[in-house]
Amino acid sequence: MKPMLAIFGGALAIYVVIVLLIAVGPAIDLSRTPAGPDVQPLTQLQAEGREVFAGNGCGYCHTQQVRPIPEDQVFGRPSAPGDFTYQTPELLGSERTGPDLTNVGNTKPSDVWQYIHLYDPRAVVPESIMPNFKFLFRVVDKAPPGETAVPVPAQFAPARGVVIPTQQAKALVAYLLSLKQTPIPGYSMNGGMGGMTSAAPSPSAPASSAPAAAGAYSYDAGKGEALFTANCSACHQTTGEGIPGAFPPLKGNAAVDNDDPTLHIHTVLHGAHGVTIGGVKYTSVMPPFAGQLSDADIADIVNYERSSWGNHSKHVTTADVAAVRAKGK
Amino acid sequence: MAVTAQDLSRTGSGPVRSERDDHELASIFTAYTVSATFWLLFATAIGLLLAFKFGAPDFWAAKYLTFGRLRPIHTNDTFYGFASLALVGAAYYVAARSCGTRLYSTKLAWIGLWLFNLAAIAGTIALDLGYNWGDLEYREWPWPIRVVFLAALLVTAWNLIATVARRSSEDIYLSNWYIVAGVLWTIVIATVGVLPWYQYGLGQVAISGYYMHNAVGMWFTPLALGLFYYAIPKVLNRPIYSYALGVLAFWTNLLFYPLLGGHHFLFSPLPWWLQTTAIVFSVAMLVPVWAGSANFLLTMRGRYHGRIESYPLAFLFVAVICYLVGSTQGTVEAFRSLQAIWHFTSFTVGHSHLTMYGFVAFAAWGAVYALLPLATGKNPGRLGMAVHFWLALVGVSIYVIALSIGGTVQGLDWVHKVPFIQSVVDMEPYYLWRGVGGILMFLSHIAFAWNVWRMTAGTPGDAASPIMDPSVGKEVIEREVVA
Repeated sequence: MKPMLAIFGGALAIYVVIVLLIAVGPAIDLSRTPAGPDVQPLTQLQAEGREVFAGNGCGYCHTQQVRPIPEDQVFGRPSAPGDFTYQTPELLGSERTGPDLTNVGNTKPSDVWQYIHLYDPRAVVPESIMPNFKFLFRVVDKAPPGETAVPVPAQFAPARGVVIPTQQAKALVAYLLSLKQTPIPGYSMNGGMGGMTSAAPSPSAPASSAPAAAGAYSYDAGKGEALFTANCSACHQTTGEGIPGAFPPLKGNAAVDNDDPTLHIHTVLHGAHGVTIGGVKYTSVMPPFAGQLSDADIADIVNYERSSWGNHSKHVTTADVAAVRAKGK
Repeated sequence: MAVTAQDLSRTGSGPVRSERDDHELASIFTAYTVSATFWLLFATAIGLLLAFKFGAPDFWAAKYLTFGRLRPIHTNDTFYGFASLALVGAAYYVAARSCGTRLYSTKLAWIGLWLFNLAAIAGTIALDLGYNWGDLEYREWPWPIRVVFLAALLVTAWNLIATVARRSSEDIYLSNWYIVAGVLWTIVIATVGVLPWYQYGLGQVAISGYYMHNAVGMWFTPLALGLFYYAIPKVLNRPIYSYALGVLAFWTNLLFYPLLGGHHFLFSPLPWWLQTTAIVFSVAMLVPVWAGSANFLLTMRGRYHGRIESYPLAFLFVAVICYLVGSTQGTVEAFRSLQAIWHFTSFTVGHSHLTMYGFVAFAAWGAVYALLPLATGKNPGRLGMAVHFWLALVGVSIYVIALSIGGTVQGLDWVHKVPFIQSVVDMEPYYLWRGVGGILMFLSHIAFAWNVWRMTAGTPGDAASPIMDPSVGKEVIEREVVA
């Protein structure tokens, strides 16, 4: 028995000690991490949605952790320990076949977008390889009272009837929209849906870089297109035509194709909600970009929109953006 | 369980071994191998479907066939269905033979087999119904199912330890160090993974980092290495190059491996010291990896010719090379500078297939081809083994190379801050090549199933005995061959 005890007993004992030191001990300590400022537990509906998220394996393609390295700035500020206090089971993930979702509630706040995207991802992102989640929806002849039909673009909609989200889809979207990073003093908010800024202004001093940048700005069409693709095209589409009934077109849009750029810049900076454009009322929420994009980035986006899809209106400068930004909401 | 230790151990003490014992050992080895083969075919058919979905996301997108439910079925069933069963079946054979005794209890081995299968079947159903324990990799099964798996491990440990206790010599052959310790360590891993009290929020992240790497490196690695230490000398008909090197690799693997799990969460909010420790020990792992690999390769020295002649040896050789290359690659991936590019990309999927497939699956196949014919007295066909070997090798090479290049492209896209969707578009050709590799890999598994059939129930094939003629090769060492 002696060699057995020495080898097997020894190997087991050493392993148990190491595991207590490297895994269980730290885990006991980390399980007590206090919640960060304003980090709230999920509501019942959101928690239900989190189960839909995990049960359907969304976490295999979407991470929920932002690393403190430059390439991750597009997804938000670096994740902090206090962000995860109410996240059990953890959903940090190990692969980014699709984008990180840590801050998706801030960057894609429109439930309409989320529903269309879940019903058929290619209806809003043509290159997407995410599976459709049509099994989370029902197709009925007519939306029952209290239910709103999802405005799926005609090309992707069922031949007849309207698309209604199930309870599971509603819970999932409630969960996705709850994924919002809370500001932490000392951390800068770089969040954006693929925003490409490397020098995002801190929200406390939004206009600080404007004077220096004003003289140096010249419109870069390539950068404008890339910024538009990363931040705007999910809703307004690369055609600039939007999604009928869901997201307004920018092509021929009165605010965009207008020599007074104030409303255009204001909308990009501060977002919009419940506006009527071309006689159509849009209920979708557009997120603000003031916190995550610099004046130069916003000028590039605005100029790209003002000179594409047949729009021909006067270009803006960073000074114009800074002026609108300075006025506030 | 109403079975006492005496019922289980049919005869008294002492290394008694009869023809009936040989027959029972062969049937246990056969049953585990056949079961493992079923899981291999099922899990890799799922894998192939998943690979296809990257190019056709709307294909079979219904509830029970959606990507996110099938993905953990693929990983868990290859881990706990195929690899675990294949390795444990061969480990029983190695333990009994290298100890010069019979298996302690056939009944326990059967109970273990049923428990392993019960866990894998229940786990598959639960995941497909959408019940999981979060997307916690390799421990997605709801906890009661993981307790069944834990019970299977306990039964296996008991049986293996009691078998080693019956050995005919004072020394314990090195294979049994790895095999028994591997099962004991995994009992710890499964227990730590299932207990809830320290798994809240970030605490659970620390356990995930520990679990997902230890479940691989303290379970599959030691079992596969244990099989190497028996099967390679057996096939070559010569002793292992250095017993002492094997002992060094054993203890250093134990000391270094458990500490590196945190490297799955570099740059995460886990404490920086935990991440740095993981990087340091990822580098330290080069000691056991290189010591072990050198030992195996030196045992094969002078027999290059044989490697081509003997398919069991060819499988074991590829497994050793992939152990060496895959583990070294793991060390490199753990550096912060490279992790910043490769983490979260498909590169890591390539890495896991280089190790789990190139190393672990090839080791299991090598052990089955080397040892199952000795147990059943039936050889597979040479052509069947050749088809399995070449399709699997070419397939996994295409798979790993495609995802390594693609993953690098993906990572550089992110570094260059192009819109995220561009990294999806750029991956398309690499996903396609991954599927091509996957098709070859899956076809090779059909050949394997055919070979298993011929080694067990079917008509034997024309392959020579897996044990090679010791006079082949330049140098022959005149020492007693193990067992």
